[in-house]
Amino acid sequence: MSRLVTIVTSTTLALVLWQGLVTLADLPAFILPGPGRVFETLWASRALIAHHATITGAEVLLGLALGAVLGGFSAIGLAASPMARRLIRPMMVFSQAIPVFALAPILTLWLGYGLWSKVAMALLIIYFPVTSAFFDALMRTPQHWLDLGRIMGANRHRLMWHIRVPAALPGFASGLRLAAVYAPIGAIIGEWVGASKGLGYLMLLANGRAKIDLMFAALIVLALLTLLLHAGVDRACRKWLDGKAARHGPA
Amino acid sequence: MHPTPPELVIEGSARIGDTPIFGPLRLCMPAGRWTCLLGPSGVGKTTLLRLLAGVDDVTDFTGTITASDGLALPGRMALMAQGDLLMPWLDVLGNVTLGARLRGAPRDKERALAMLNRVGLGEHARKTPEALSGGQRQRVALARTLMEDRPIVLLDEPFSALDARTRAQMQDLSAEHLMGRTVLMVTHDPAEAARLGDAIHILSESGLTDFTPPQGAPPRPVDDTETLAAQGRLLALLRAPAMP
Repeated sequence: MSRLVTIVTSTTLALVLWQGLVTLADLPAFILPGPGRVFETLWASRALIAHHATITGAEVLLGLALGAVLGGFSAIGLAASPMARRLIRPMMVFSQAIPVFALAPILTLWLGYGLWSKVAMALLIIYFPVTSAFFDALMRTPQHWLDLGRIMGANRHRLMWHIRVPAALPGFASGLRLAAVYAPIGAIIGEWVGASKGLGYLMLLANGRAKIDLMFAALIVLALLTLLLHAGVDRACRKWLDGKAARHGPA
Repeated sequence: MHPTPPELVIEGSARIGDTPIFGPLRLCMPAGRWTCLLGPSGVGKTTLLRLLAGVDDVTDFTGTITASDGLALPGRMALMAQGDLLMPWLDVLGNVTLGARLRGAPRDKERALAMLNRVGLGEHARKTPEALSGGQRQRVALARTLMEDRPIVLLDEPFSALDARTRAQMQDLSAEHLMGRTVLMVTHDPAEAARLGDAIHILSESGLTDFTPPQGAPPRPVDDTETLAAQGRLLALLRAPAMP
Protein backbone atom coordinates (compact mmCIF):
# COMPACT_ATOMS: atom_id res chain seq x y z
CA MET A 1 0.00 0.00 0.00
CA SER A 2 2.78 2.41 0.94
CA ARG A 3 4.44 1.55 -2.37
CA LEU A 4 1.32 2.65 -4.19
CA VAL A 5 1.34 5.91 -2.23
CA THR A 6 4.99 6.46 -3.23
CA ILE A 7 4.22 5.85 -6.89
CA VAL A 8 1.20 8.16 -6.88
CA THR A 9 3.13 10.87 -5.02
CA SER A 10 6.18 10.80 -7.29
CA THR A 11 3.99 10.71 -10.42
CA THR A 12 2.02 13.69 -9.17
CA LEU A 13 5.24 15.52 -8.37
CA ALA A 14 6.56 14.87 -11.89
CA LEU A 15 3.32 16.14 -13.44
CA VAL A 16 3.36 19.27 -11.26
CA LEU A 17 6.97 20.00 -12.25
CA TRP A 18 6.12 19.44 -15.90
CA GLN A 19 3.12 21.76 -15.79
CA GLY A 20 5.11 24.27 -13.72
CA LEU A 21 7.83 24.37 -16.38
CA VAL A 22 5.27 24.92 -19.14
CA THR A 23 3.44 27.64 -17.22
CA LEU A 24 6.44 29.50 -15.82
CA ALA A 25 8.45 29.47 -19.06
CA ASP A 26 5.28 30.21 -20.99
CA LEU A 27 6.12 27.53 -23.54
CA PRO A 28 3.89 27.20 -26.61
CA ALA A 29 2.21 23.84 -27.10
CA PHE A 30 4.29 23.01 -30.19
CA ILE A 31 7.47 23.17 -28.09
CA LEU A 32 6.28 21.46 -24.92
CA PRO A 33 2.60 20.79 -24.28
CA GLY A 34 1.40 20.47 -20.70
CA PRO A 35 0.47 17.11 -19.23
CA GLY A 36 -3.25 17.83 -19.50
CA ARG A 37 -3.01 18.40 -23.21
CA VAL A 38 -0.87 15.27 -23.70
CA PHE A 39 -3.33 13.08 -21.82
CA GLU A 40 -6.19 14.58 -23.77
CA THR A 41 -4.44 13.56 -26.99
CA LEU A 42 -3.57 10.17 -25.53
CA TRP A 43 -7.22 9.51 -24.86
CA ALA A 44 -8.45 10.93 -28.17
CA SER A 45 -5.88 8.93 -30.18
CA ARG A 46 -6.06 5.82 -28.05
CA ALA A 47 -7.01 3.51 -30.93
CA LEU A 48 -4.19 4.85 -33.13
CA ILE A 49 -1.60 4.60 -30.34
CA ALA A 50 -2.79 1.15 -29.29
CA HIS A 51 -2.45 -0.09 -32.88
CA HIS A 52 1.15 1.13 -33.14
CA ALA A 53 1.95 -0.02 -29.60
CA THR A 54 0.87 -3.56 -30.50
CA ILE A 55 3.32 -3.60 -33.40
CA THR A 56 6.19 -2.33 -31.26
CA GLY A 57 5.24 -4.73 -28.49
CA ALA A 58 5.37 -7.69 -30.89
CA GLU A 59 8.79 -6.60 -32.18
CA VAL A 60 10.14 -6.24 -28.67
CA LEU A 61 8.79 -9.57 -27.43
CA LEU A 62 10.09 -11.45 -30.47
CA GLY A 63 13.49 -9.77 -30.19
CA LEU A 64 13.62 -10.52 -26.49
CA ALA A 65 12.68 -14.18 -26.92
CA LEU A 66 15.13 -14.74 -29.79
CA GLY A 67 17.87 -12.80 -27.97
CA ALA A 68 17.35 -14.82 -24.80
CA VAL A 69 17.55 -18.14 -26.65
CA LEU A 70 20.47 -17.12 -28.85
CA GLY A 71 22.34 -15.43 -26.00
CA GLY A 72 21.72 -18.41 -23.73
CA PHE A 73 23.13 -20.94 -26.18
CA SER A 74 26.03 -18.67 -27.13
CA ALA A 75 27.05 -18.31 -23.49
CA ILE A 76 26.91 -22.08 -22.96
CA GLY A 77 28.91 -22.68 -26.14
CA LEU A 78 31.55 -20.17 -25.10
CA ALA A 79 31.76 -21.59 -21.59
CA ALA A 80 32.05 -25.14 -22.92
CA SER A 81 34.79 -24.54 -25.43
CA PRO A 82 38.08 -22.72 -24.79
CA MET A 83 38.60 -22.67 -28.55
CA ALA A 84 35.30 -20.82 -29.06
CA ARG A 85 36.31 -18.40 -26.32
CA ARG A 86 39.60 -17.61 -28.03
CA LEU A 87 38.09 -17.20 -31.48
CA ILE A 88 34.67 -15.74 -30.90
CA ARG A 89 34.99 -13.62 -27.78
CA PRO A 90 37.23 -10.97 -29.40
CA MET A 91 34.71 -10.80 -32.22
CA MET A 92 31.87 -10.26 -29.78
CA VAL A 93 33.75 -7.51 -27.97
CA PHE A 94 34.62 -5.88 -31.31
CA SER A 95 30.97 -6.02 -32.35
CA GLN A 96 30.15 -4.00 -29.25
CA ALA A 97 32.44 -1.23 -30.49
CA ILE A 98 30.12 -0.78 -33.50
CA PRO A 99 27.19 1.46 -32.58
CA VAL A 100 24.06 -0.57 -33.22
CA PHE A 101 22.40 2.62 -34.49
CA ALA A 102 24.75 2.59 -37.45
CA LEU A 103 23.59 -0.88 -38.43
CA ALA A 104 19.90 -0.01 -38.51
CA PRO A 105 19.84 1.21 -42.15
CA ILE A 106 21.67 -1.93 -43.29
CA LEU A 107 19.29 -4.19 -41.41
CA THR A 108 16.39 -2.37 -43.04
CA LEU A 109 18.03 -2.89 -46.40
CA TRP A 110 18.53 -6.58 -45.74
CA LEU A 111 15.31 -7.44 -43.95
CA GLY A 112 12.91 -4.89 -45.38
CA TYR A 113 10.65 -2.29 -43.79
CA GLY A 114 8.53 -4.83 -41.94
CA LEU A 115 8.68 -6.46 -38.55
CA TRP A 116 11.90 -8.43 -38.88
CA SER A 117 14.38 -5.58 -39.26
CA LYS A 118 13.11 -4.23 -35.91
CA VAL A 119 13.20 -7.65 -34.29
CA ALA A 120 16.80 -7.95 -35.49
CA MET A 121 17.66 -4.55 -33.99
CA ALA A 122 16.15 -5.51 -30.64
CA LEU A 123 17.98 -8.83 -30.79
CA LEU A 124 21.31 -7.20 -31.64
CA ILE A 125 21.05 -4.72 -28.82
CA ILE A 126 20.28 -7.34 -26.15
CA TYR A 127 22.44 -10.21 -27.42
CA PHE A 128 25.65 -9.01 -25.81
CA PRO A 129 24.30 -8.18 -22.34
CA VAL A 130 22.45 -11.50 -22.15
CA THR A 131 25.39 -13.56 -23.41
CA SER A 132 27.88 -11.69 -21.31
CA ALA A 133 25.96 -11.91 -18.02
CA PHE A 134 25.22 -15.63 -18.47
CA PHE A 135 28.74 -16.42 -19.67
CA ASP A 136 30.35 -14.65 -16.70
CA ALA A 137 28.13 -16.63 -14.33
CA LEU A 138 28.96 -19.89 -16.13
CA MET A 139 32.67 -19.21 -15.67
CA ARG A 140 32.24 -18.60 -11.94
CA THR A 141 30.86 -21.97 -10.84
CA PRO A 142 32.18 -22.58 -7.31
CA GLN A 143 35.26 -24.80 -7.60
CA HIS A 144 34.01 -27.11 -4.85
CA TRP A 145 30.89 -27.97 -6.84
CA LEU A 146 32.98 -28.79 -9.88
CA ASP A 147 35.35 -30.93 -7.78
CA LEU A 148 32.41 -32.80 -6.30
CA GLY A 149 30.92 -33.38 -9.74
CA ARG A 150 34.18 -34.67 -11.17
CA ILE A 151 34.80 -36.99 -8.22
CA MET A 152 31.28 -38.32 -8.72
CA GLY A 153 32.28 -39.22 -12.26
CA ALA A 154 30.51 -36.52 -14.30
CA ASN A 155 31.81 -35.87 -17.80
CA ARG A 156 32.14 -32.29 -19.08
CA HIS A 157 28.77 -32.42 -20.75
CA ARG A 158 26.86 -33.48 -17.63
CA LEU A 159 28.89 -31.12 -15.45
CA MET A 160 27.67 -28.33 -17.72
CA TRP A 161 23.98 -29.26 -17.74
CA HIS A 162 23.58 -30.42 -14.17
CA ILE A 163 25.89 -28.04 -12.30
CA ARG A 164 27.27 -25.12 -14.28
CA VAL A 165 24.06 -24.10 -16.07
CA PRO A 166 21.71 -24.30 -13.08
CA ALA A 167 24.29 -22.54 -10.92
CA ALA A 168 24.53 -19.72 -13.48
CA LEU A 169 20.80 -19.14 -14.01
CA PRO A 170 20.72 -16.12 -11.66
CA GLY A 171 23.35 -14.52 -13.94
CA PHE A 172 21.20 -15.31 -16.97
CA ALA A 173 18.29 -13.68 -15.14
CA SER A 174 20.20 -10.45 -14.57
CA GLY A 175 21.07 -10.39 -18.27
CA LEU A 176 17.39 -10.80 -19.16
CA ARG A 177 16.37 -7.98 -16.83
CA LEU A 178 18.76 -5.65 -18.63
CA ALA A 179 17.50 -6.98 -21.96
CA ALA A 180 13.90 -6.10 -21.05
CA VAL A 181 14.93 -2.45 -20.82
CA TYR A 182 17.20 -2.46 -23.89
CA ALA A 183 14.98 -4.36 -26.30
CA PRO A 184 12.42 -1.52 -26.78
CA ILE A 185 15.29 0.87 -27.57
CA GLY A 186 16.38 -1.46 -30.37
CA ALA A 187 12.89 -1.72 -31.81
CA ILE A 188 12.41 2.07 -31.73
CA ILE A 189 15.73 2.70 -33.50
CA GLY A 190 14.64 0.25 -36.16
CA GLU A 191 11.33 2.04 -36.57
CA TRP A 192 13.00 5.43 -36.83
CA VAL A 193 15.20 4.33 -39.66
CA GLY A 194 12.42 2.92 -41.77
CA ALA A 195 8.94 1.76 -40.90
CA SER A 196 5.29 2.39 -41.57
CA LYS A 197 4.07 1.10 -38.21
CA GLY A 198 5.05 1.15 -34.56
CA LEU A 199 5.44 3.73 -31.80
CA GLY A 200 8.83 4.89 -33.11
CA TYR A 201 7.30 5.56 -36.50
CA LEU A 202 4.35 7.34 -34.87
CA MET A 203 6.67 9.54 -32.79
CA LEU A 204 8.71 10.51 -35.83
CA LEU A 205 5.57 11.22 -37.81
CA ALA A 206 4.02 13.29 -35.04
CA ASN A 207 7.25 15.21 -34.56
CA GLY A 208 7.44 16.00 -38.26
CA ARG A 209 3.91 17.37 -38.24
CA ALA A 210 4.49 19.39 -35.09
CA LYS A 211 2.01 17.23 -33.18
CA ILE A 212 4.20 17.33 -30.12
CA ASP A 213 1.32 16.29 -27.86
CA LEU A 214 0.91 13.05 -29.85
CA MET A 215 4.69 12.54 -29.76
CA PHE A 216 4.67 12.78 -25.97
CA ALA A 217 1.61 10.57 -25.70
CA ALA A 218 3.38 7.84 -27.72
CA LEU A 219 6.53 8.33 -25.66
CA ILE A 220 4.61 7.86 -22.41
CA VAL A 221 3.00 4.69 -23.72
CA LEU A 222 6.41 3.39 -24.79
CA ALA A 223 7.87 4.08 -21.35
CA LEU A 224 4.92 2.33 -19.68
CA LEU A 225 5.32 -0.67 -22.00
CA THR A 226 9.00 -0.90 -21.10
CA LEU A 227 8.26 -0.71 -17.38
CA LEU A 228 5.59 -3.39 -17.75
CA LEU A 229 7.94 -5.62 -19.70
CA HIS A 230 10.69 -5.18 -17.11
CA ALA A 231 8.30 -6.00 -14.29
CA GLY A 232 7.09 -9.10 -16.15
CA VAL A 233 10.57 -10.34 -16.93
CA ASP A 234 11.67 -9.63 -13.36
CA ARG A 235 8.77 -11.63 -12.01
CA ALA A 236 9.39 -14.54 -14.39
CA CYS A 237 13.09 -14.55 -13.48
CA ARG A 238 12.30 -14.62 -9.78
CA LYS A 239 9.97 -17.52 -10.28
CA TRP A 240 11.92 -19.63 -12.75
CA LEU A 241 15.57 -18.66 -12.67
CA ASP A 242 16.93 -17.21 -9.45
CA GLY A 243 13.97 -18.07 -7.24
CA LYS A 244 15.29 -21.53 -6.46
CA ALA A 245 18.69 -20.30 -5.44
CA ALA A 246 17.42 -17.45 -3.33
CA ARG A 247 14.24 -18.74 -1.75
CA HIS A 248 14.17 -19.27 1.97
CA GLY A 249 11.77 -21.07 4.22
CA PRO A 250 10.06 -24.43 3.78
CA ALA A 251 9.23 -25.41 0.22
CA MET B 1 30.54 -51.40 1.02
CA HIS B 2 31.40 -54.39 -1.11
CA PRO B 3 35.04 -53.91 -2.22
CA THR B 4 37.67 -54.02 0.50
CA PRO B 5 39.08 -50.51 0.94
CA PRO B 6 42.74 -50.22 -0.07
CA GLU B 7 45.61 -48.52 1.68
CA LEU B 8 46.61 -45.28 -0.03
CA VAL B 9 50.07 -43.77 -0.25
CA ILE B 10 50.92 -40.38 -1.65
CA GLU B 11 54.62 -39.68 -2.02
CA GLY B 12 56.19 -36.68 -3.66
CA SER B 13 56.19 -32.92 -3.80
CA ALA B 14 53.96 -30.29 -5.33
CA ARG B 15 54.49 -26.84 -6.78
CA ILE B 16 52.55 -24.31 -8.80
CA GLY B 17 55.00 -22.71 -11.21
CA ASP B 18 57.98 -21.72 -9.07
CA THR B 19 56.05 -21.71 -5.78
CA PRO B 20 56.45 -24.87 -3.75
CA ILE B 21 53.17 -26.02 -2.21
CA PHE B 22 54.49 -28.89 -0.13
CA GLY B 23 57.93 -30.41 -0.02
CA PRO B 24 58.86 -34.04 -0.48
CA LEU B 25 56.65 -36.06 1.86
CA ARG B 26 55.16 -39.49 2.24
CA LEU B 27 51.67 -39.89 3.63
CA CYS B 28 50.24 -43.33 4.18
CA MET B 29 46.52 -43.81 4.75
CA PRO B 30 45.97 -47.29 6.22
CA ALA B 31 43.23 -49.42 4.70
CA GLY B 32 39.84 -49.07 6.34
CA ARG B 33 41.13 -46.49 8.81
CA TRP B 34 40.54 -42.83 9.50
CA THR B 35 43.59 -40.66 8.78
CA CYS B 36 43.58 -37.03 9.93
CA LEU B 37 45.78 -34.47 8.24
CA LEU B 38 46.03 -31.47 10.51
CA GLY B 39 47.63 -28.16 9.69
CA PRO B 40 47.26 -24.41 9.51
CA SER B 41 45.73 -22.76 6.45
CA GLY B 42 47.92 -22.47 3.39
CA VAL B 43 50.29 -25.42 3.86
CA GLY B 44 48.79 -27.43 1.03
CA LYS B 45 46.38 -29.75 2.88
CA THR B 46 43.57 -29.15 0.45
CA THR B 47 45.95 -29.36 -2.52
CA LEU B 48 47.08 -32.77 -1.30
CA LEU B 49 43.49 -33.91 -1.02
CA ARG B 50 42.60 -32.55 -4.46
CA LEU B 51 45.63 -34.27 -5.96
CA LEU B 52 44.46 -37.55 -4.45
CA ALA B 53 41.00 -36.95 -5.85
CA GLY B 54 42.46 -36.27 -9.28
CA VAL B 55 40.75 -32.90 -9.67
CA ASP B 56 43.77 -30.59 -9.38
CA ASP B 57 44.69 -29.36 -12.85
CA VAL B 58 47.02 -26.51 -11.92
CA THR B 59 49.51 -28.03 -9.48
CA ASP B 60 52.67 -29.77 -10.71
CA PHE B 61 52.93 -32.94 -8.64
CA THR B 62 56.09 -34.98 -8.83
CA GLY B 63 55.66 -38.37 -7.24
CA THR B 64 53.27 -41.23 -6.98
CA ILE B 65 49.80 -41.89 -5.65
CA THR B 66 49.18 -45.60 -5.19
CA ALA B 67 46.51 -47.87 -3.82
CA SER B 68 47.57 -51.14 -2.19
CA ASP B 69 45.30 -53.17 -4.46
CA GLY B 70 46.99 -51.70 -7.52
CA LEU B 71 43.72 -50.44 -9.00
CA ALA B 72 43.18 -46.94 -10.34
CA LEU B 73 41.60 -44.41 -8.03
CA PRO B 74 39.01 -42.58 -10.18
CA GLY B 75 35.50 -43.79 -9.47
CA ARG B 76 36.43 -45.17 -6.06
CA MET B 77 36.22 -42.00 -4.01
CA ALA B 78 33.61 -39.79 -2.43
CA LEU B 79 34.10 -36.24 -1.18
CA MET B 80 32.62 -34.25 1.67
CA ALA B 81 33.97 -30.72 1.57
CA GLN B 82 33.92 -27.39 3.34
CA GLY B 83 30.35 -26.31 3.56
CA ASP B 84 27.84 -28.92 2.49
CA LEU B 85 27.95 -28.36 -1.31
CA LEU B 86 24.25 -28.99 -1.64
CA MET B 87 22.77 -27.77 -4.93
CA PRO B 88 20.13 -25.17 -4.03
CA TRP B 89 18.07 -25.95 -7.14
CA LEU B 90 17.59 -29.60 -6.16
CA ASP B 91 15.52 -30.87 -3.26
CA VAL B 92 17.06 -33.06 -0.58
CA LEU B 93 16.33 -36.29 -2.45
CA GLY B 94 17.72 -34.79 -5.66
CA ASN B 95 20.90 -33.86 -3.82
CA VAL B 96 21.32 -37.33 -2.38
CA THR B 97 20.95 -38.86 -5.85
CA LEU B 98 23.20 -36.24 -7.49
CA GLY B 99 25.92 -38.78 -8.30
CA ALA B 100 23.57 -40.92 -10.38
CA ARG B 101 22.27 -37.82 -12.16
CA LEU B 102 25.83 -36.75 -12.99
CA ARG B 103 26.75 -40.19 -14.33
CA GLY B 104 23.54 -40.51 -16.32
CA ALA B 105 22.63 -43.56 -14.25
CA PRO B 106 19.15 -44.44 -12.99
CA ARG B 107 18.35 -42.78 -9.67
CA ASP B 108 17.60 -45.25 -6.92
CA LYS B 109 15.11 -43.27 -4.87
CA GLU B 110 14.35 -46.03 -2.40
CA ARG B 111 17.98 -46.41 -1.49
CA ALA B 112 18.32 -42.63 -1.23
CA LEU B 113 15.38 -42.56 1.18
CA ALA B 114 17.00 -45.34 3.18
CA MET B 115 20.20 -43.27 3.41
CA LEU B 116 18.22 -40.24 4.51
CA ASN B 117 16.55 -42.37 7.17
CA ARG B 118 19.96 -43.52 8.37
CA VAL B 119 20.97 -39.92 9.02
CA GLY B 120 17.55 -39.13 10.51
CA LEU B 121 16.20 -36.97 7.70
CA GLY B 122 13.67 -39.32 6.10
CA GLU B 123 10.86 -36.79 6.53
CA HIS B 124 12.74 -33.98 4.83
CA ALA B 125 13.27 -35.64 1.43
CA ARG B 126 11.16 -33.13 -0.49
CA LYS B 127 12.46 -29.97 1.16
CA THR B 128 14.92 -27.61 -0.47
CA PRO B 129 18.31 -27.24 1.21
CA GLU B 130 17.40 -23.66 2.25
CA ALA B 131 14.65 -25.05 4.45
CA LEU B 132 17.15 -27.00 6.54
CA SER B 133 19.48 -26.01 9.37
CA GLY B 134 23.24 -26.14 8.94
CA GLY B 135 23.47 -29.44 10.79
CA GLN B 136 20.66 -30.98 8.75
CA ARG B 137 22.30 -29.84 5.51
CA GLN B 138 25.55 -31.46 6.55
CA ARG B 139 23.63 -34.67 7.27
CA VAL B 140 22.21 -34.55 3.75
CA ALA B 141 25.81 -34.26 2.52
CA LEU B 142 26.68 -37.33 4.57
CA ALA B 143 23.71 -39.23 3.10
CA ARG B 144 24.91 -38.22 -0.38
CA THR B 145 28.39 -39.52 0.47
CA LEU B 146 26.95 -42.81 1.77
CA MET B 147 24.81 -43.07 -1.35
CA GLU B 148 28.01 -43.04 -3.43
CA ASP B 149 29.16 -46.07 -1.44
CA ARG B 150 32.85 -45.67 -2.21
CA PRO B 151 35.70 -47.46 -0.38
CA ILE B 152 37.69 -44.22 -0.10
CA VAL B 153 36.23 -41.07 1.43
CA LEU B 154 37.89 -37.66 1.37
CA LEU B 155 36.78 -35.12 3.95
CA ASP B 156 37.91 -31.53 3.48
CA GLU B 157 37.09 -29.66 6.69
CA PRO B 158 33.47 -30.69 6.29
CA PHE B 159 32.30 -29.56 9.70
CA SER B 160 34.25 -26.33 10.10
CA ALA B 161 31.18 -24.13 9.65
CA LEU B 162 29.06 -25.89 12.28
CA ASP B 163 28.58 -24.87 15.89
CA ALA B 164 30.39 -26.97 18.50
CA ARG B 165 27.42 -29.13 19.48
CA THR B 166 26.33 -29.89 15.91
CA ARG B 167 29.94 -30.51 14.93
CA ALA B 168 30.34 -33.16 17.64
CA GLN B 169 27.09 -34.81 16.50
CA MET B 170 28.23 -34.86 12.88
CA GLN B 171 31.59 -36.31 13.91
CA ASP B 172 29.85 -39.15 15.73
CA LEU B 173 27.44 -39.79 12.87
CA SER B 174 30.18 -39.71 10.23
CA ALA B 175 32.49 -41.96 12.23
CA GLU B 176 29.65 -44.45 12.68
CA HIS B 177 28.66 -44.55 9.02
CA LEU B 178 32.08 -44.27 7.40
CA MET B 179 33.58 -46.97 9.61
CA GLY B 180 35.64 -49.50 7.68
CA ARG B 181 36.40 -47.18 4.76
CA THR B 182 39.74 -45.59 4.02
CA VAL B 183 39.13 -42.02 5.11
CA LEU B 184 41.36 -38.98 4.75
CA MET B 185 40.16 -36.01 6.77
CA VAL B 186 41.80 -32.66 6.26
CA THR B 187 41.15 -30.37 9.21
CA HIS B 188 42.57 -27.40 11.08
CA ASP B 189 40.79 -28.36 14.28
CA PRO B 190 43.02 -30.26 16.78
CA ALA B 191 39.95 -31.42 18.71
CA GLU B 192 38.52 -33.03 15.60
CA ALA B 193 41.77 -34.82 14.78
CA ALA B 194 42.14 -36.03 18.39
CA ARG B 195 38.59 -37.42 18.39
CA LEU B 196 38.54 -39.08 15.02
CA GLY B 197 42.04 -40.04 13.89
CA ASP B 198 43.25 -43.63 13.78
CA ALA B 199 46.34 -41.95 12.46
CA ILE B 200 47.17 -38.25 12.83
CA HIS B 201 49.70 -36.25 10.83
CA ILE B 202 50.56 -32.60 11.03
CA LEU B 203 51.41 -30.81 7.82
CA SER B 204 53.42 -27.60 8.17
CA GLU B 205 55.78 -25.53 6.06
CA SER B 206 58.62 -27.81 7.12
CA GLY B 207 56.88 -31.06 6.19
CA LEU B 208 54.88 -33.88 7.66
CA THR B 209 55.06 -34.85 11.35
CA ASP B 210 53.50 -38.04 12.68
CA PHE B 211 51.55 -37.83 15.90
CA THR B 212 50.58 -40.76 18.08
CA PRO B 213 46.79 -40.71 18.42
CA PRO B 214 45.14 -41.23 21.80
CA GLN B 215 44.10 -44.72 22.94
CA GLY B 216 40.60 -45.92 22.19
CA ALA B 217 38.66 -46.34 19.01
CA PRO B 218 37.24 -43.26 17.29
CA PRO B 219 34.97 -41.46 17.77
CA ARG B 220 36.52 -40.81 21.19
CA PRO B 221 34.34 -39.14 23.82
CA VAL B 222 34.57 -35.35 23.75
CA ASP B 223 35.46 -35.29 27.47
CA ASP B 224 37.95 -38.16 27.42
CA THR B 225 41.02 -37.05 29.38
CA GLU B 226 43.56 -38.55 27.05
CA THR B 227 41.80 -37.17 23.97
CA LEU B 228 41.75 -33.72 25.53
CA ALA B 229 45.45 -34.01 26.38
CA ALA B 230 46.20 -35.06 22.80
CA GLN B 231 44.18 -32.10 21.56
CA GLY B 232 46.31 -29.82 23.71
CA ARG B 233 49.57 -31.28 22.44
CA LEU B 234 48.34 -31.00 18.84
CA LEU B 235 47.51 -27.35 19.33
CA ALA B 236 50.93 -26.73 20.86
CA LEU B 237 52.57 -28.41 17.86
CA LEU B 238 50.46 -26.36 15.47
CA ARG B 239 51.53 -23.16 17.21
CA ALA B 240 55.23 -24.01 17.17
CA PRO B 241 56.84 -21.59 14.71
CA ALA B 242 58.87 -24.22 12.86
CA MET B 243 59.38 -27.87 13.51
CA PRO B 244 62.80 -29.45 13.02
